[in-house]
Order: sequence, then C-alpha cells, then structure tokens
Amino acid sequence: MALRFLVAVLVLVFAVCSHAQQIAIGLGGDVTSIDPHYHNLTPNNNIADHIFGTLVQKDERQRPKPGLAESWRPIDDLTWEFKLRKGVKFHDGSDFTAEDVAFSIERTGKVVASPGPFTIYTKQVTESVIVDPWTIRLKSSAPYPNMAIDISTVQIVSKKAAANATTDDFNSGKAAIGAGPYKLVRYVRGDRIELARNDAYWGPKPHWQHVTFRVLTSDPSRVAALLAGDVQAIENIPTADMARLAKDPNFAIFRTVSNRVIYLHMDSNRDNSPFVTDKAGKPMQRNPLKDARVRHAMSKAINRAAIVDRVMEGLAIPAGQLLPDGMFGTNPNVKPDAYDPDGAKKLLAEAGYPDGFGLTIHTPNNRYVNDEQIAQAVAQMLTRVGIQTKVEAMPSNIFFSRGSKLDFSFMLVGWGADTGEVSSPLKSLLATYSKEKGMGAANRGRYSNPKMDAVLAQALATVDDGKREKLLQQAVEIAMTDVGVITTHFQVNTWAVRKGIAYTPRTDERTHAFGFVPVKQ
Amino acid sequence: MLTYILRRLAASAVLLLVMSLLVFVGVYAIGNPVDLLISPEADQKEIERVIAALGLDKPLWQQYLIFLERALSGDLGRSFAFHTPAIDLILSRMPATLELALAAMLIAIAAGIPLGLYAGLKPDSLIAKSIMAGSIFGFSLPTFWVGLMLIMLFSVHLGWLPSTGRGETVALFGVQWSIFTWDGLRHLAMPAFNLALFKLSLLIRLTRASTCEALLQDYVKFARAKGLRMRRVVGVHVLKNIMIPIVTVIGLEFGSVLAFSIVTETIFAWPGMGKLLIDSIQVLDRPVVVAYLLVIVIVFVFINLLVDLVYSALDPRVRLAPGHAAG
Repeated sequence: MALRFLVAVLVLVFAVCSHAQQIAIGLGGDVTSIDPHYHNLTPNNNIADHIFGTLVQKDERQRPKPGLAESWRPIDDLTWEFKLRKGVKFHDGSDFTAEDVAFSIERTGKVVASPGPFTIYTKQVTESVIVDPWTIRLKSSAPYPNMAIDISTVQIVSKKAAANATTDDFNSGKAAIGAGPYKLVRYVRGDRIELARNDAYWGPKPHWQHVTFRVLTSDPSRVAALLAGDVQAIENIPTADMARLAKDPNFAIFRTVSNRVIYLHMDSNRDNSPFVTDKAGKPMQRNPLKDARVRHAMSKAINRAAIVDRVMEGLAIPAGQLLPDGMFGTNPNVKPDAYDPDGAKKLLAEAGYPDGFGLTIHTPNNRYVNDEQIAQAVAQMLTRVGIQTKVEAMPSNIFFSRGSKLDFSFMLVGWGADTGEVSSPLKSLLATYSKEKGMGAANRGRYSNPKMDAVLAQALATVDDGKREKLLQQAVEIAMTDVGVITTHFQVNTWAVRKGIAYTPRTDERTHAFGFVPVKQ
Repeated sequence: MLTYILRRLAASAVLLLVMSLLVFVGVYAIGNPVDLLISPEADQKEIERVIAALGLDKPLWQQYLIFLERALSGDLGRSFAFHTPAIDLILSRMPATLELALAAMLIAIAAGIPLGLYAGLKPDSLIAKSIMAGSIFGFSLPTFWVGLMLIMLFSVHLGWLPSTGRGETVALFGVQWSIFTWDGLRHLAMPAFNLALFKLSLLIRLTRASTCEALLQDYVKFARAKGLRMRRVVGVHVLKNIMIPIVTVIGLEFGSVLAFSIVTETIFAWPGMGKLLIDSIQVLDRPVVVAYLLVIVIVFVFINLLVDLVYSALDPRVRLAPGHAAG
C-alpha cells in the first residue's frame, strides 16, 4: 500500500515536473520559413535564434556579445579575424568549424527568389579566408567598421546538412540542423513551431524542455489564448488590453523601449509637393517644407507627451532622435522638442507663413501600433498652429508602394534598427538619395544635407569604435537640428506572462524561449 | 446530360481566364510586393535585384503571358513570401478549411431545417416565435464579436474548450485531419458553431417561409383531405417541395463558407485557406492570391453543377438539357 502510494506520488511529481518544463508562447507575427537565409523578417530571425545561432550575438539591448565566435578584431583596415568557439556540435553531432561559417556567408547570396535577402549585411565581404578550423578572416574592399554588427545577423547553418539544400528542405526539417539551444521538432506553417531542447548546447542550458510557438496574429485571440491558459506567454500586448492584464494578479508584464522609432517624413526637396497647398486648397508657389524653420515649427507643435499618454496609453517614450538613449551613436544632447504652440506659430510667421498652409498626412493603418490614431492626433496638433492637416490612412501594402514612388508630401512611418546602432536609420532615412552610393533608399522625403552626408561617410569608414561613435553623434545632431525627420516616439515592446515566469525584455522585438525563466514566488 | 456538363465546363474555362486576368491586374495595381517584403535597410541595388529575382521587372503583359504559359502546364507559380508552389500552399491549408466548413454546414442543416420546419408548421406557438427571434440574433450579430464572446465564455471563464488553434491531427489518405481526434473536435467546436450561426439563421428563415407557402398549396390540402397522416404530408409532400430553394442556398453558402471563412479563421487562429488569403493580400503575394481565387472559382463551378444535378433528382420537371438549363 505504501509502495503504491509512493509510486502514485512519484508519477504525480514526474507529471507536474514534465509539464512544468513545457511552455507555449503566442507570437504576433507569422513565421514564413525555417530557412534562416530566406527572408530577413523578425519572426523568422527569432525562430532561427533558437535553432541556429550567429557568430556575434546581441544582448537584450542589442549590444554585441560572443556567440559562436569567442572574439573578433580587425587585423588591418580591410580584414577582420573571428576566433571561433571550439568543441561546438551541430544537432546531428557533427563539429562546427570555419567551413560552416564560410558556407553560411556564401549561402546568403544564393537563396533562390529570396524576397528579403541577407546580402544587405554580407555583400561587403569580398572573401572568406579559413586560417584554421577555428579561425576565419573576412575581407572587404573598403574599411568596414560594422563588420561584427552585420555578421551578427547571419545565422550559421551546417555545411554538411545544408549543401544543396533548398528552402523547402529547411521547412521540412531535413536541413534545419544548427548549433542552437533548440532543435526543430515540427513546423506547421501559419499554425505552430515545436522545438525540443538541445542538451548538447554550448551555452547556458535553457529551462524549457519543450517549446511550442503558436502563431496568433489576431490581437484579441492572442490575449484570449493567454487568459484561457492555452499559452503561458504572449508578445505584443494590444494597448487596449494593457490595463486589464496589468491589474490581473495571474499575469506579469515585462516591457522595454523598442528599437522602433515612429517618425514623420516631410518632402523637403521638391518645389511643388503634391499634398502641400494654401489654405484654400490650391497648389503653392514654393514648398514650405523645404524651410527648416517650418519643419522645426511642426516639431514644436506636436505634443509628444499627449501622444504617449492618450494615444499609446503610456506604451511609448517621446523621441527626439532616431534610437533610444544609450544605443550606439545616439547623442545625449539631442532632446525631443518641447511642446510649444506659440513658438511654432512664431517660427511659421518668421518663415513667411503667418497664416499657415494646408497639408495631408498619409499613414498606414495596419503596420505600427495605433498608427492611424497617431496621425489623427498629429493632424489636430498641426491644425491648431495653423497648418490645416488632413489625414489619409491606407493599408501598408498600398502605403509603402506609393510612398516609395514619392506620391506623398508628409507621412508617418516607423523604423526599427535591426543592427542596433544609429548608422542604420541615418543611412536609409536621412542620407541624400543616391543609387550609386546605396544611400537614402528609404528617404521618402528626399531630405538632403551635404554636411550630414560628409560626416556620416567619414563615420562609416572609421574602424575605431570611439571615434566612430563621436562622428555618428555629430551626424545625428546635424540631422535632428535641421529637422530632417520629426521623431515622435519610440514604441515599447511588451510581453505578458503567466505569474511565476519572468522574461528579459528585448529592444529588438524578439521573443526567445530561453529568455523565459521560472521565478520563486 | 453529358453535353450539358461539357458546355458548363467550357464556360468555366473562359471564366477562369477572365478571373486570372482581373486578379493579376488588380494585385499589380495595388503596389509592389518587394516594398513590403524586403528589409527596409536594403539599398537601391538590393531592391532592384530582388525585383528581378521575383520576375517583377518585366512589363505587366509579359508577366501575365509567362504566368499563362506556366499555368497551362499546371504550374501556378511560387509564393513570393514562402517560396512554396502556390497551389501546394493552398492545398495544404484546404483540409483545415474543408473540415471547418463541413462541420459548420452540418450544424446549420441539422439544426436549421428541423427548427424552420417546426416554426413553419406551428407559426403561432411560443417555441416558433422564440426560434424566429433567436434567428434574428444569428443574422445580425457580427461574426467576430460572437467568436470573441464564445472564447470568453467557454475558454476563459468556463475553461471547457481550447481558445484557439487546430487540434491534434491524424493522417488519412496522406492528408492531415483533425476531425478524427477528440482534441481536434474540441478545437473545432467553437469555430464551427461560430461559422454556422449565420447559415443556421438563414436556413431557419428560408425553411419556415417555404413551409408556410407549401402548406397553402393544393397538393397539400388534397393530401390532407385524402386522410394521410400529418407525418407523411410533411415528410413527403412538403419537405420534398421546399427542398429546391434550400438546396440552392446550401450549395451557394457552402461555397462561400469554404472561400471566405476569413473572419472566423482569424479569430480562432485556424490555419485554413481564408487566413492564407488575407495574409497573402497584405503582402501582395500575387501567385497565391491568383491561384486561390482560381481554385475558388473551380469550387463554385462544381458546387453549382452539383446543385443543378440535385435539382433534377428532386424535381422531375427540371431537365438538364442545353438551352433549358436551370441555374
């Protein structure tokens, strides 16, 4: 009888334990492929972090830290050397060596019909030289200070498993062999990804033995799944449900500032901009948005605190520059413009527009958190200082195509710096548009400032971290005092988790199963 | 009969061609998928390279001709977003939608026709009045709201049913089905009921109206005068005659449930075709959108054909001959 009781208890304990080591997590975005080089998309990269892993990892503030490489350094202006971690095994038991690194970098350029290739981070690597199985040198044709940052986006696959493998082979699991903390068990597109712990992982052992990522793209459904206990954690809490979840003692909320800034881009280049009119709605002789004083007035007219409080329900931080404080290249002296409608009116009068003018703001309505409502608020604030602003909202599939064709005069857009440092938005949003130089590709306002371009170019060629950071800070100051774009706020990344589990919130919007740990209550 | 079917199929081929052209041009007009798919950090040359890799650098007419040529050999192209053949993508999602649609129609028919019949036979009874009042709710409450309320009630408060997703599946004829597992049925219950609600109300109202009308017909009066039992009058004379409009509506509704169960699939995170369509439209994944709508056209053509064949079985006056085609 006693024995029976003991067995029953043991069985029960075992059942509880094994249950305790499983976690189901609700994702807000769909994972389109397991092939880590197929599409540079946050949900895909997130899953790849579990299965594969990179030479250089990023911590929760996106600062580089050793991953599959233990150290790296420039050995001359055009060469970086990476010392690889020894004794690392892939999921199939084979050894990880420099061959796999060279293969993975090369593979980024060879994925068939990739809609978002990683070559944007690897094209500057002209040659990989394998010195020995644990040393690899990457060469470039020009000084390349961002080598380690860019290489941190390239997931390392096993050459043995992935030679000749197609994207389909990764999705089926056949080629999905990495050296990451989890092994792929099952990928059901649009539904779930199941992972099992890799007990031979080189790094800290994750707590959860079995992980199920559920694709729950609809906001209320994701929250409902958490409330019903079908998942233990969700990312991306809808602002409307925030207050309710915060009050519920069964759940804990984790949040941190995001690397995604919401900004307003103005057509500061053309003399006649399609949606700039006088107050009667007639086209204007000259484009007021070309005048920095007008742009500055617009920035002063925006009450950032009100947007954060009212529209974002507190889930945002007012932004005066392109990345949150503390990230590489941000300038501590650049602060958000204070709300000052009178100052704005004065500046407008000084620029020769005492009565203001007419403007239309275009915004996506399904891309960023509360995007359309933010545009509505901005329009009202601008109208209050005399710039009569209309709002036109549209789905992102129309918005981005039209924006890139320069159909708009004034638009609301967001920017997430995947690399975690400020050269990313400076290069894409504020540098003068130039196809030859590959600059300003997302500069939909065609802002141009030769002074900023020169400083940025110098920064991008400076390998020394300290000097580069100074130059980037200088470029940020030039662009922001000239109001190349108006930044409104940084989004806040949120996770809701069942009581008893904690999560280390990340700026890069990734939801790592190994970031969840049980806490003592 | 055979000529009739052949003619119908030929007409469908023309329909498919027109449909493909419309969708092709429509998706093209919305915008460029590369603007949405590529990482915003990409520079101009990378963007151009991707546009070329996806074949989007050619003029529209050339892209369409390439599509037609491949389509004739059975290849509808690969998804821009997933790089999987579009048709495989759709077929892999179809079983999930099919079982959801079948379950919903089953609920609607099994409950709707008897309730409607009752309401038609005893229009003044209290039960009949409650049935009709209830059906108004089924009509007018928005699907997404009802879906969320079901989740709040049965999953969050009572904890009886799982809130979202598809349950455990088993393979049958190489296809994954969840209707054959207990876990699968538990997951299916709420979305199926949610999807059925509107059809259920529709069938109740339609059946009731037809029944009321049929009861006034001479053949019913005659049958009753002959002294037939009520059961036989209703079961044979009434039911058979009211079935024609009902079958039409069931056919059409089944098609639309299959094609456009998008709201229900989204709320319940049901990995079916409807969700695929919405996701594909959002990133302008043209091969998938075109292939999806072509598949749906084919489904509708077959359902309509089937409905016509059922007509002729139900009503001897309907003859499937060229020129006198019903429907």
